Amino acid sequence: MDLTGEVRLAADRETVWRALNDPEILKQAIPGCESVEKLSDTEFTAKVVLKIGPMKATFSGKGTLGDLNPPNGYTISGEGQGGVAGFGKGSAKVELSDDAGQTVLRYTAAAQVGGKIAQLGARLIDATAKKLADQFFVKFAEVVNGKPAG
Amino acid sequence: MAENVGIGASVLRKEDFRFLTGRGTYVDDINRPGQLYAHILRSPHPHANLKKIDTARAKQAPGVIAVYTRHDVNEDKLGGMPCGWGVKFKDDTPMKEPAHPMLATEKVRHVGDPIALVIAETRAQAKDAAEQIAVDYEILKPVPTINDAIKPGAAALHTEAPDNVCYDWHIGDKSAVDSAFGRAHKVAKLDLVNNRLVPNAMEPRAAIGDFDSANGDYTLYTTSQNPHVIRLLMGAFVLHIPESKLRVVAPDVGGGFGSKIFHYAEEALVTWAAGKVKRPVKWTADRSESFISDAHGRDHVTHAEMAMDKDGKFLALRVQTLANMGAYLSSFAPAVPTYLYATLLAGCYATPAVYAEVKAVFTNTVPVDAYRGAGRPEASFLLERLVDVAAKEMGMDRVDIRRRNFIPNSAFPYQTPVAVQYDSGDYFGTLDMALKASNWSSFRDRQQEAKKRGKLRGIGISTYIEACGVAPSNVAGALGARAGLYEVANVRVNPTGSVTIFTGTHSHGQGHETTFAQLVADRLGIAMDQIEISHGDTGKIPFGMGTYGSRSLAVGGSAIVKAMDKIVNKGKKIAAHLLEAAEADIEFKDGKFSVAGTDKSKTFGEIALTAYVPHNYPLDVLEPGLDETAFYDPKNFTFPAGCHICEVEIDPDTGNTTIITFTAVDDVGRVINPMIVEGQVQGGVAQGIGQALLESCIYDGNGQLLSGSMSDYTMPRADNLPNVDVSTHVTLCTHNPLGVKGCGEVGSIGSPPAIIGAIVDALSEYGVKHIEMPATPQRVWQTIQAAKGKKAA
Repeated sequence: MDLTGEVRLAADRETVWRALNDPEILKQAIPGCESVEKLSDTEFTAKVVLKIGPMKATFSGKGTLGDLNPPNGYTISGEGQGGVAGFGKGSAKVELSDDAGQTVLRYTAAAQVGGKIAQLGARLIDATAKKLADQFFVKFAEVVNGKPAG
Repeated sequence: MAENVGIGASVLRKEDFRFLTGRGTYVDDINRPGQLYAHILRSPHPHANLKKIDTARAKQAPGVIAVYTRHDVNEDKLGGMPCGWGVKFKDDTPMKEPAHPMLATEKVRHVGDPIALVIAETRAQAKDAAEQIAVDYEILKPVPTINDAIKPGAAALHTEAPDNVCYDWHIGDKSAVDSAFGRAHKVAKLDLVNNRLVPNAMEPRAAIGDFDSANGDYTLYTTSQNPHVIRLLMGAFVLHIPESKLRVVAPDVGGGFGSKIFHYAEEALVTWAAGKVKRPVKWTADRSESFISDAHGRDHVTHAEMAMDKDGKFLALRVQTLANMGAYLSSFAPAVPTYLYATLLAGCYATPAVYAEVKAVFTNTVPVDAYRGAGRPEASFLLERLVDVAAKEMGMDRVDIRRRNFIPNSAFPYQTPVAVQYDSGDYFGTLDMALKASNWSSFRDRQQEAKKRGKLRGIGISTYIEACGVAPSNVAGALGARAGLYEVANVRVNPTGSVTIFTGTHSHGQGHETTFAQLVADRLGIAMDQIEISHGDTGKIPFGMGTYGSRSLAVGGSAIVKAMDKIVNKGKKIAAHLLEAAEADIEFKDGKFSVAGTDKSKTFGEIALTAYVPHNYPLDVLEPGLDETAFYDPKNFTFPAGCHICEVEIDPDTGNTTIITFTAVDDVGRVINPMIVEGQVQGGVAQGIGQALLESCIYDGNGQLLSGSMSDYTMPRADNLPNVDVSTHVTLCTHNPLGVKGCGEVGSIGSPPAIIGAIVDALSEYGVKHIEMPATPQRVWQTIQAAKGKKAA
């Protein structure tokens, strides 16, 4: 299932674009994120604690930024191993546009899980992914401009 | 006999005292001194190349004794998991039989495929350490379903089978069938799916490997239906341990339903590991692990056609089936959709020509193998649904078309066009009994009454046949079986006259300890409390093939009878000596050896004592002791058959189906214990209801198991089950000494087509021809909506 949504940010497009490429900001925005380490301009590693249904696991994985189109958007994708819990992967296509001095961020995200986490929580994954995506962009907006704009 | 405990008596189950008071001994109840715990790291990916497996950190983790991977398996030159039945392609070439490693080697092929064995002081430490194993996967495109597997260009699971086809097999006379279709008055056609099931025995699998370093003996405690088969397969093919150095114990086992027939990697892993670390190693599956490591059942996609003449007589049947083997060949998987399925496609009908083609394919799913009924539920579901469609096609009544095509009672023994020969049966008799018991003739009144309440009421019927007690060893061997199929019994009469029976069959809920004791009480005339049934330990039992395919009484019981005959014959010799009479004049009845026509007699106990204290004994011509062993090889399959009738009500607003009544009339041959037979039928029907209404194993397009827990895989519960009205109609099996046929699987074989037939009947006003299993409320509701849409358009 693809998840879509949008948030308005009280900052110009350049500022938002820089924030989207800042590991520190990503770390603050990614739900359950314990660490982010930048490997290059488009690659980073991260450690994320996720809870899906009855399962809670620490995922260690790699994130990449692709389809780079500064300052209009990119695709952020990640794939993490959760040990015996299985694995999770997801990606979000992010598009930025100007609107009355603010920036509108639209996203289309997809998530997939495997192994035990899928076995026990597959029926919850869509709801969980939606919640995580919402949390990410709300938090991202807060970090960028103190609080979400409208 | 003072009490009625012999054949035909509903004796209360001896074993229930320990089961109902929580005093059974299951594998997980057993703990060996110094025992370690194993955890198995399993693949979360359905299909991937296994690159680097780094166990260095796991080996350093607290409490860890050892971590084993493919590297160690190779180093110790262990074998892979063997397959016990070879099936051939149409052109007589052997099936594709790819290696099935204990621990994945170059690839993983299903979610749950074992990769590493972690052994630690505690279960938690083993689990924690498994988290520390770093596995580098190269993800491959998954092939989760039959239809994915046969698509041109589909990724191949095994290099040996580049098209994912394990075999493409056939049976029957194709040209006779084609010619019959050429002259058919009408042809009924049906496409259907036999849904994939997860067995879910109440007790998850468990295994303890134990090694006695003083003399090099291995012991495996395991949740198995056939410990000798495990010893044979594991000793000979996997671990290369001589059987004399390997003991396999299957103590109380909490349900198997087929899923505990097979030799699983975990059994071999703990046995091997125990020898390496020189301490006992225990593994117990949790429920989640069972879902991805126990062999699944069914999973067929079939197209079938029945040709009929103008009177509705069946001329020929044509069947094409695709069967899912899963990722690897489980122990008996190839036989299930062939010799246990297509050979039953004649059903109870005198169809003169049958031709079936079965293509078995590999997919990135858990291996599929025998599950309660094994092939016969697939056959009965297909055939009985097709007969319903044929009746509709002909504008005939469902009962009439069956009667018209039944094999007449005078035709037995009846040779079917698909290799098997039915020895006995009375399909008219079981049908008539079931029609009467279910009040079939007044159904339309009940339907009208339901309609007034806004409910759709339907009635369904199935007149099934199945085959049990497989089979003469030489016949099975010619068909690809790689083991014998006889059974073994040792009857040990103890010096004071009590009797211990050692049987090669295994009881895991069936009540053998009672049924078999009844055979002994009946034949030897001794009290039930003087009889002990011992099973499940290769250290005690001479040999055996275990319990599956409802064979225990037909084959194992016959072996007991054969051994008791030897006991009685020897007893007569001893009695003749003591009573100073000719052996030919000695009669044995009600526990007494007597000289015919006189009042001179010796009790069974006196003869036993004489045999063990042979002071007055013909030592020159007779060995002391009273202990006999028999091997019984069946002369044919047995063919239980019956009629199941189900009545349902559907709420059209919700699609919810309620089973109102369920009538089962089964011919299982002679009934030893009617209460146990009733229980077996009820349990089987419960599983049939599960398959028909609730259970479905689903993999998503990425090869992940979606129905992987009890939250998503719906097992039948008490409120889904009706009061099953069970009765029997006996025709005796003609070729075993007890006349028995087997009752363990009839419930799960006969019931699904009756249930689905009832739902289709209830939905007949919408023009519904068939509905797939499980007929969940959602599926029924959608079927109603689709039909309404069609009507409107």
